[in-house]
Amino acid sequence: MMRGKVVIPGSAEGEVMVSAEPLSFWGGYDFHTGEIIDRRHPLAGQIATGKILALPFTRGSSTTTAVLLEAVRAGTAPAALLTTGVDSFFALASIVADEMYARPIPLLALKPVDYASLRSGDWIVIREDGGVEVNAEK
Amino acid sequence: MVGAKGPAAKLAMSILARMAEVYGATELMDISAAHIDSTIYIGEAGLEFAERLAGLGAKVAVPTTLNVSGLDEHGWQEWAVPADWAAKAYRQMVAYQSMGCVPTWTCAPYQTDLRPVFGQQIAWGESNAIAFANSVLGARTERYPDLLDICCAITGRVPAVGLHLTENRAGQLLLRLVGVPLALQQDDSFYPVLGHLIGEVAGEQIPVVDGLYARPTEDQLKALGAAAASSGAVALFHIIGVTPEAPTLGAAFQDRQPENVLSVDMGWLRQARSELTTAQGDDLQMVVLGSPHFSIQEFEQLSKLVAGQKAHPQVKFLVTSSRVMVELARRAGFLQSLEDFGGRVTVDTCILASPMLPPDIKLLMTNSGKYAYYAPGMLNTRVTFGSLADCVRSAIAGRVLRDESLWEE
Repeated sequence: MMRGKVVIPGSAEGEVMVSAEPLSFWGGYDFHTGEIIDRRHPLAGQIATGKILALPFTRGSSTTTAVLLEAVRAGTAPAALLTTGVDSFFALASIVADEMYARPIPLLALKPVDYASLRSGDWIVIREDGGVEVNAEK
Repeated sequence: MVGAKGPAAKLAMSILARMAEVYGATELMDISAAHIDSTIYIGEAGLEFAERLAGLGAKVAVPTTLNVSGLDEHGWQEWAVPADWAAKAYRQMVAYQSMGCVPTWTCAPYQTDLRPVFGQQIAWGESNAIAFANSVLGARTERYPDLLDICCAITGRVPAVGLHLTENRAGQLLLRLVGVPLALQQDDSFYPVLGHLIGEVAGEQIPVVDGLYARPTEDQLKALGAAAASSGAVALFHIIGVTPEAPTLGAAFQDRQPENVLSVDMGWLRQARSELTTAQGDDLQMVVLGSPHFSIQEFEQLSKLVAGQKAHPQVKFLVTSSRVMVELARRAGFLQSLEDFGGRVTVDTCILASPMLPPDIKLLMTNSGKYAYYAPGMLNTRVTFGSLADCVRSAIAGRVLRDESLWEE
């Protein structure tokens, strides 16, 4: 079991969608559908709703937080987020989602070596203490 | 909770304090200005957040400018903006204005009266504005995301971390321009291309450019920063001999060694330029300029290019800017030739922040690296990137024309 730094605590489980490329949610995430719409991004066309979304960090626009908050309200957000460094944009969206709707998104920062070991399609269980089980029994 | 007076300030301080923990800040510090990006209407949640704060009686504690909103307050009816969407975007404008912010409605707040000064501690949202304030002005802001920017403005405080502190402003990645001719360095189209390249390569490092011998204008640096903050997360860049914290290599790196050194040659620049174009062929429906918002100098430059000319009847021509800049341009006589040309101007917003473009528009041309980066995904359009002069010539011809002479091998 690997262990991440807990940025926003919470438990979640689901299929992981992983990319080595950062993403701006503004222009990159359709909160009406949960689809990744930045055509330059390797995950373009995939739906992240309910998945464990792993992105190294957020790119570009400071509107990323607002889009993620909309996704929480609309029910199209990922179940949890994994990053390599502490991503303040994801953290803020999760904190405001907690303050406004009592629905924070768990957020963990993984060591680069652990992050690199993730494979899209793996089933992942995230525990409140930052433990991450990969390919755990569903 | 110091500084938290009333329920709105308590909510803002609660979010700020939790974020301070995320940032690993041991203390908060004062700011003396803010710029709010949360003004862009995205959906119900952002509006609920704004109206919650406004309803609790929130007031900003420092002079605060407002970024683009979701609509041209007085001109949205001329475009394809749905009325119910406009009503909500307008409520969001009212909410932020009610907090005592200055209704600048611009993504180029550094080209207003409330332009920050060197060393000033500020809390700015809007990625291009953050890059410009830090890099070109030497003011100090972290990359404040939407929703946090307004919390900083209400409390007048920020976590004392990141780019607010001198030691975190040193360059990390050295990019040496190699074999880039001076004529290209002096051309407008060079800066969005270089910015796009920098954003892609910099990751989370602070990039430093060496080997720029041209003397870039403020608007060229604005274009560079906007492109770098679109393709990447660049919040601060240094250019040796140009930006204020980089008179020398030693100063830019604070006498530390670069973590990486890369050479930027013409081959790499050509590749970056080609990435900004997603359209094929020379069909053209619309030219869009003004991301970031057009300045008075850009209006002057454009007015000369379009004087006595007419855009092709099949090509729409739009400039996005701020209400103040457009008023200045009008009084300076720079708008008449643009209107005679068949060009239109929209204020308070832009094509990315407002659903204003007619749905049949699928082929755009722009001189903006930011429009070129975001329009394909956000607006389902294909874009051709070109210089300002290319955009004007193409609008006249009714098809894409680009001067390749500066970019050829």
